[in-house]
Amino acid sequence: MSINWFKYSSPQTFFPLAGRLALGFGALAVLACAAGLYLGFFVAPTDAQQGESYRIIFIHVPAAWMSMFLYVVMAFWAGLGLAFNTRLSGMMASAIAPTGALFTFIALWTGSLWGKPAWGTWWVWDARLTSELILLFLYFGFMALQAAIDDPRRADKAGALLALVGVVNVPIIYFSVKWWNTLHQGASVSLTKAPTMAATMLAGMLVMSFAFWFYSIAAVLLRARCIMLERERSSDWAAQYARGAA
Amino acid sequence: MEKALEAVDLRCTRGERTLFEGLSFALKGGELLRIGGPNGSGKTSLLRIACGLLEPDRGEIRWGGENVRMLKEEFWARLLYIGHANALKDDLTAVENLGVACALAGIVADDRQIGAALGRLGLAGRENLPARVLSQGQRRRVALARLALGADSPLWVLDEPFTALDAAAIDCVQDLIAGHVTRGGRVMYTTHYEASIGAAISRRIDLAGS
Amino acid sequence: MVAALRCVIVRDLRLAARRSSDVMTVVLFFVIVVSLFPLGIGAEPKLLRTVAPGVLWVAALLASMLALGRMFAADHADGTLEQMMLGATPLGLVVAARVFAHWLVSGLPLVLISPVLALQFDLSQELLGVVVLSLALGTPVLSLIGAIGAALTLGLRGAGTLLSLLVLPLYVPVLIIGAGAAEAAASGLGGHAQLLLLGAMLIFAGAFAPWAAAVALRISVE
Repeated sequence: MSINWFKYSSPQTFFPLAGRLALGFGALAVLACAAGLYLGFFVAPTDAQQGESYRIIFIHVPAAWMSMFLYVVMAFWAGLGLAFNTRLSGMMASAIAPTGALFTFIALWTGSLWGKPAWGTWWVWDARLTSELILLFLYFGFMALQAAIDDPRRADKAGALLALVGVVNVPIIYFSVKWWNTLHQGASVSLTKAPTMAATMLAGMLVMSFAFWFYSIAAVLLRARCIMLERERSSDWAAQYARGAA
Repeated sequence: MEKALEAVDLRCTRGERTLFEGLSFALKGGELLRIGGPNGSGKTSLLRIACGLLEPDRGEIRWGGENVRMLKEEFWARLLYIGHANALKDDLTAVENLGVACALAGIVADDRQIGAALGRLGLAGRENLPARVLSQGQRRRVALARLALGADSPLWVLDEPFTALDAAAIDCVQDLIAGHVTRGGRVMYTTHYEASIGAAISRRIDLAGS
Repeated sequence: MVAALRCVIVRDLRLAARRSSDVMTVVLFFVIVVSLFPLGIGAEPKLLRTVAPGVLWVAALLASMLALGRMFAADHADGTLEQMMLGATPLGLVVAARVFAHWLVSGLPLVLISPVLALQFDLSQELLGVVVLSLALGTPVLSLIGAIGAALTLGLRGAGTLLSLLVLPLYVPVLIIGAGAAEAAASGLGGHAQLLLLGAMLIFAGAFAPWAAAVALRISVE
């Protein structure tokens, strides 16, 4: 069975599909989250050095992974939109940014919450946390640029270029910050090295990663639906949908 | 070089409004094309699309059969575009401004030729004044002086060339345009002024406006 | 084509010479910001000597960012940018020439005045040399990256602050390596690695940034 992928490349046909997918992935996300949190908070053993407070890594690490993964996905959609001049790709990239920023913020916040009981300070200039902070600025920059441009086509293309420049820079930023950190911190307090990974801990983090991934897909698709309705409001199908929903 | 500028099924929207659609035309050597229409009907947008600055929502512009946005510099080297804005720097003199404009457009012209072009547009004696002290009409004339040096550019696209000009300057510019068309060039322009340019083939396309 | 590029650079230099206040404000900003730091953190000599490279770098970065607004905005407003985009020379090369002229006017003066400011912080001779060299290599990179930001934010409301938000995260690696050069030299390791890295960044940025900025300009003008 060959699926005609191009059938879904127009907002009109993608809109209902996105709705169904969002529902499905949302349900999966709730299930995976429940499983992951159960694993993380009840099954995984207590850490010898840090006691119970280390359990926040079950949110912190998956959130950090998601924040970086989503940036790359956003840059991918942005690149597609720029290369093939498709409207939908630009809408997807715009839809991803807020969710990516959210996970970056969660990673930073949980990192801070972890740092306080573990090392006594609310903020640590750890290489990864600092990179996450700069990633948050990159997300904000993308969203601010798109918000400042009235014309949607120009906003899509400008954001796309910025996202592509950003994605090239993310590894450079990460390595330079890592180098800076070793120079200044010496025996560094690395937040992810602390507990030795028992199998259940790793399993918990993986399940939570999937939970966050499913949530991201659901949230992005729902947001993309809103963007589609807004951009295409003058077209027939959007007007029909609005009448149907009213 | 008998390449034609073709517009194929152009559609342009600005925000929610569709300015024009299904617009097609061809501009061959020795032809003069005037774009008419009320304010806001998309004349400037059409000219910018024709230059390749703006991408149409549908359709394409072709030069010699190829899409101008693919040709890029190959096309732009053949184009002389004078828009609404004069593209003058206040702090540079008329001679310096025209020199920069020519260098960017790939027109080779020495100081003597530049001086002569400015003189042709009635700016003799004012070449070395900074553009800041020139009047609106004089600044427009500095911008238009490129026409006197643009014989080698087959395609001229002019947006409201006669704005702010006095009668003598208008005659001069009309002569330059007519001369270019007679030599086999193509000129596409918009204007609110009822110009009388003597040209063998002179057409007019009116954008309806809404 | 080379004639056109030379013409563009000469034009920019002429404009800067006739409006020299633009140049002076950037240099003065640099000087004032550097002078603010001792006022803020105390004038203890050992502390100042330690923070000097970082302070000079941050101030140069901010001053550089201030000057970015001038790069394309004026040309966009009076229509010259359109002529550049419709010219016979590839836009990427024109942008490269503009960025070079912009650096000559806004970056090089900072490099030249930095030794004087470093003396305020009692920086030693060899360290001074490393700092100046790192700024000489780094400020062009800042101009190149900044050009992309300036091109993306062309004509937007609040373009100045938006430009800062876009460009500062991208400046971070340059800042870290640039300031790190002097720190490495101070700790006896020698700043060669960082200076070489800066050189590599300069080559990389010089190759790609003008092209990216040209794409951004076309997007912004549509």
